[in-house]
Amino acid sequence: MTTHDSIDTTPQNDPENNWRHYFSFSTDHKVIGVQYMVMTFIFFLIGGLLAMLIRAELITPASNVVDRPLYNGLFTLHGTIMIFLWIIPFNAGISNYLVPLMIGARDMAFPLLNAISFWILPPSGLLLISSFLLPNGTAQSGWWSYPPISLQIPPGQPINGEFIWIVSIVLIGISSIMGAVNFVTTIFWMRAPGMTFFRMPVFVWSVLSAQLLQLVNLPSLTGALILLLFDLNFGTQFFKPLENGDPIIYQHLFWFYSHPAVYIMALPAFGIFAEVLPAFSRNPLFGYRSLAVASLGIAVVSIFVWVHHMFTSATPGWMRMLFMVTSMLVAVPTGVKAFGWTATIWKSKLHLETPMLFAMGGAAMFLLGGVTGVMLAAVPFDIHVHNTYFIVGHFHYIVFNTITMAIFAAIYFWFPKITGRMYAEGWGKVHFWLTFIGANLTFFPMLPLGLQGMVRRISSYDPRYQGWNILASLGGFLLGVSVLPFIANIVGSLLYGQRASNNPWLATGLEWTTTSPPPRDNFEEIPVVKRPPYDYGDPKYSVIEPHDYHQQEN
Amino acid sequence: MSRFLEYFLIASYIAVLLVISHWIGAQAYSWLPVEATAEAQKVDSLFSFLTAIGAFIILGLVGMMVYSVLFFRAPKNDYSEGHPSRGDIKLEVLWTAAPTLLVLWVAWQGFNIYQQLDILGLQQVVHLHTPLEEPASAASISDIPKPADETIEVFVKQWDWSFRYPNNVTSNELHLPVNRRTRLNMHAKDVLHSFYVPEFRLQQYIVPGRDIDLVVTPTRMGEYKLKDALFSGTYFALMDANVHIESLEEYNQWLTTAEQQPLAIKNQAVAEYTQPPKTLLKTGWYTVAPEPPAIAQSAPPKRLTANERKVMNDDT
Ligand code: HEM
Ligand SMILES: [Cu+2]
Repeated sequence: MTTHDSIDTTPQNDPENNWRHYFSFSTDHKVIGVQYMVMTFIFFLIGGLLAMLIRAELITPASNVVDRPLYNGLFTLHGTIMIFLWIIPFNAGISNYLVPLMIGARDMAFPLLNAISFWILPPSGLLLISSFLLPNGTAQSGWWSYPPISLQIPPGQPINGEFIWIVSIVLIGISSIMGAVNFVTTIFWMRAPGMTFFRMPVFVWSVLSAQLLQLVNLPSLTGALILLLFDLNFGTQFFKPLENGDPIIYQHLFWFYSHPAVYIMALPAFGIFAEVLPAFSRNPLFGYRSLAVASLGIAVVSIFVWVHHMFTSATPGWMRMLFMVTSMLVAVPTGVKAFGWTATIWKSKLHLETPMLFAMGGAAMFLLGGVTGVMLAAVPFDIHVHNTYFIVGHFHYIVFNTITMAIFAAIYFWFPKITGRMYAEGWGKVHFWLTFIGANLTFFPMLPLGLQGMVRRISSYDPRYQGWNILASLGGFLLGVSVLPFIANIVGSLLYGQRASNNPWLATGLEWTTTSPPPRDNFEEIPVVKRPPYDYGDPKYSVIEPHDYHQQEN
Repeated sequence: MSRFLEYFLIASYIAVLLVISHWIGAQAYSWLPVEATAEAQKVDSLFSFLTAIGAFIILGLVGMMVYSVLFFRAPKNDYSEGHPSRGDIKLEVLWTAAPTLLVLWVAWQGFNIYQQLDILGLQQVVHLHTPLEEPASAASISDIPKPADETIEVFVKQWDWSFRYPNNVTSNELHLPVNRRTRLNMHAKDVLHSFYVPEFRLQQYIVPGRDIDLVVTPTRMGEYKLKDALFSGTYFALMDANVHIESLEEYNQWLTTAEQQPLAIKNQAVAEYTQPPKTLLKTGWYTVAPEPPAIAQSAPPKRLTANERKVMNDDT
């Protein structure tokens, strides 16, 4: 921070764009994007603390750290927070920041709606967490909230953990729907001249696919939760099995959203891989068109697979077989993506900076998550491991080892663009290695545990499972430690980091053609797009200007 | 020439991978608990097959990534292009067709094994009783109950399993004669539960208001644990029951002893409810109170009909 800062004219330093902005009701998609990302990261930390308490309980077979109702509340809120207040809204945040920049728009289609979507979240999240203060605590029936167990509440307490849980999730859902309307409209109507669909970055394709899923499938969850609320508080009997209701209908409505939700979470991560891998391997994205279309393919197929979460829920044989086949078909477009990433890296010039490490690590671990997914789709095998730690291992390989890794890749990759400063590379690498080792140490042991029959959601277990559980708990604590260098790096670099140039990675994509950070309206002049995306290595298109280089003094 | 060498190396890599993944597939059996039913052997062979295919895919792609990290590093400050190819239609068609065929093959295997399990009796039979429907159609629609040598009624509630045997004995232990097809006729009283014995490789939700039948054929004598696999509230973790697979003589002998001297096993949930264990953090949040187990020698066993459903749920 020397004197030449005072002549710096980056928007950061003008009074219009100082830090107070980030605490205001701004309609700038970039401010909103950052608001989302910072807020969700705080929820990620809270969710992580709950996870560490869970792992502390499970380090020994007996129940000795938290009492059983608290344990049940912990895993319920851990799952809920991680899904509804970390991954899904973080994706909304980074998409908010990037989509208009990537398609050459000045803002989202409905800036005011955008701000409202965001501001619904902090109160909903606080409401959810405040349920720890209720006399009988938080919801305790898992993030699925299956009835009739979710309807077993303290008598005479209409305001209880479950009630709060439903209200918060419905509010968060409303926010997501408003966001989805905004994203889809923006991507359809706000593209710069020349930005045809097949010139859009794969990240934009994946956001479009994910947000279409929100629009189509989210209402089913909202409906289910409203009926559940009626059963809970107003004496209706939609899902009460002993009073002519049907709890299985709830499961259909729930998974009709919550399976696609796994792709609402995963697609943006796949999009991040498609941006980061080419930039650091200096190759065009291999098979761009197939990867773009595969995003939509995944979205469409994933609407028709929800029953694979219900193979043992009194589901008849024909339905089991039908959904076994559809579930396995998702592996086709997903496989196309994985092959495309690998081919992009093959015979390239790799630069292993932190974003690339996270992207490659995430892509590699996705393979284990995806392969276990196909195994689970095979009905006879699923019947054995359903509701065991094998499932927990499978989806954490996806939601943590793939998606959260991709999120970190994205934060490091676009940090210079968002803040105008570079992060500290060495600390980034420390963060990567702690996370990579911690993640495998935590989640791999869950696969053998599940195969041996350790049931998920139990607060105490048979001593023969202890070995793998100790490893998983140690891994969990390591993951807790791993965020410390990350936080230090982000905060330190924000204050003292080296100034970043507009395009430190020499990447393609419109967001790299504007200043770092971008001005209020993103571009001095709306760009006209004339070239295909990912034109790394095509001499006709490449604009490699030697002075535009991040290691150089600036 | 160098192109030939490259293809040759790739082909050898694939050959090595095939051998390794085949070997990993063979190991897969040892990661699972012992096989105590005829069904378990089928499930395990499917798992071994899936593991081999999965290992091939993972090792293949991770191998390519690791190879790239080792040999395709850019010299520092070299930001020129790697290779400029944007795609290769033939390759893309190949890698779309290959997984399509692969998953169809995997699905076919899954289907075959499932059919065999069905013949063995694993497939559930669900009787959905909707009082609004005609009793005739309310019984099962397409499922003809599988013939069985023995029928045992399974009752489950928060947080207790109990079993009623043909001679009207009720117990908290599940005893099964080896090598006999035994029908489990399962009923839940309050919330959803799931019947799960890892060594049997089967799991089935039990839904209040529906009678769900499973036919199992245990093949290996020994002692196992039945667990509730679907989260069922506060004392969920304590909800297990002993399963004994024994010879027909031992089984019959046990039945006669139990008839004279009903054996009540201490219910762990009740014990904990009255005397909670010491934990570091204690909230005392609300919980449904577990009822003491009622090992009643109640009404004679009979198949319930649709109209009796409510009665069954209310007084088991
Ligand atoms: C790519 C992103 C994916 C994500 C984010 C994801 C996430 C999840 C989650 C969260 C669950 C557990 C839900 C719960 O029980 O709480 C789950 C279960 C499951 N997943 Fe995945 N998954 C992904 C990919 C796949 C794929 C590619 C397949 C199959 C081809 C698959 C098949 C399954 C099946 C069958 C289950 C249910 C298993 C059971 O509960 O018995 N998943 N997944
Ligand atoms: Cu799913």
